[in-house]
Amino acid sequence: MEQVLEQPAPRGAAVARESLRLALPIVLGYVPVGFAYGVLAVKSGLSPLNTVLMSLVVFAGSAQLIAVGLFAAGAPPLSVVLTAFVVNLRHLLMSAAVAPHLAGWPRRLLPLFCFQLTDETFALHLSRFQRKDTDRAVTIGVNMVAQAAWVAGSVLGVASGSLVGDVRPLGLDFALPAMFIALLCGQLKGRPHLAAGISAAGLALLLPRLGLGQWSVLAATALAATLGMVAETLAARKE
Amino acid sequence: MLDRWPIWLLILGIGAANFLLRYSFLLIFGRGSVPEPVREVLPFIPAAALAAIVAPQVFAEPLAGHLVGPRLLAWLGAMLVAWRTRNMPLTIAGGLALLWVLQAVLPAGPIH
Repeated sequence: MEQVLEQPAPRGAAVARESLRLALPIVLGYVPVGFAYGVLAVKSGLSPLNTVLMSLVVFAGSAQLIAVGLFAAGAPPLSVVLTAFVVNLRHLLMSAAVAPHLAGWPRRLLPLFCFQLTDETFALHLSRFQRKDTDRAVTIGVNMVAQAAWVAGSVLGVASGSLVGDVRPLGLDFALPAMFIALLCGQLKGRPHLAAGISAAGLALLLPRLGLGQWSVLAATALAATLGMVAETLAARKE
Repeated sequence: MLDRWPIWLLILGIGAANFLLRYSFLLIFGRGSVPEPVREVLPFIPAAALAAIVAPQVFAEPLAGHLVGPRLLAWLGAMLVAWRTRNMPLTIAGGLALLWVLQAVLPAGPIH
């Protein structure tokens, strides 16, 4: 039944073209950030093979950069894994946010989709799903292109690690937050969303001072999202 | 400490933990059957999560005692470009160009 109702999906070359077109902004963000990660990882003493392996099996920029820092500092193995886990706790909320849009998906495709769910692919797919652009092949295609760009950037960084002295003056550490800022502005659709964003930023700055450490991002996200919901309920009641 | 654990094993561990985070919600609640209170909070999670991730990075310079640094100004500039154009490559390129100019013009702060 569902198959009959669905729009005819683009196939083959059309899927590839559409995936590339949609993923282009992510590619432009991932190549330089992946490059910065590759340079930093090799400089921290991680072997080239392990550096690329991490981009293949983890595929999470912030967690990878933090793990590299901890490897370099000689942190205990369990604390490296736990810190990366806590840093990525927000992905739990993101997979929750896309879950309602995956109702028609075959169960076997879900692990693949979730494995490649990053902050950027999440923001892109959510805005696509919201405008009813739900083609599965394109969704997976965008994720594949995004991870390919991430891995390619890492490989380039590993290869040219010895040529780059310090990544800060080049501003390579600037690209990822700039990408987040672009994604954030796309999400601020109304006053309740603006309230959620501003309070999340404030809480993320405040909570580490109260000793929440790596839990701050998750706590700030959950509190601010609840606040946004309350703001919307109040605004709806006023009308 | 690290020499007793092969690094690749740690990397696989991080990857497994990360995958679990991204998959667990779908594993537990399935697709579509999200409880009502959770469903109402979900639309606000992207804005909240992105702001919470980016704020400590954007305000790293003021927090380190360097009140108006080139990075802060460049990120605010990028925010303006993002707000007006809704164009990601333009936002990154514009912010980066502004950063290079500011780094050349402004005196270096304590965290440089």
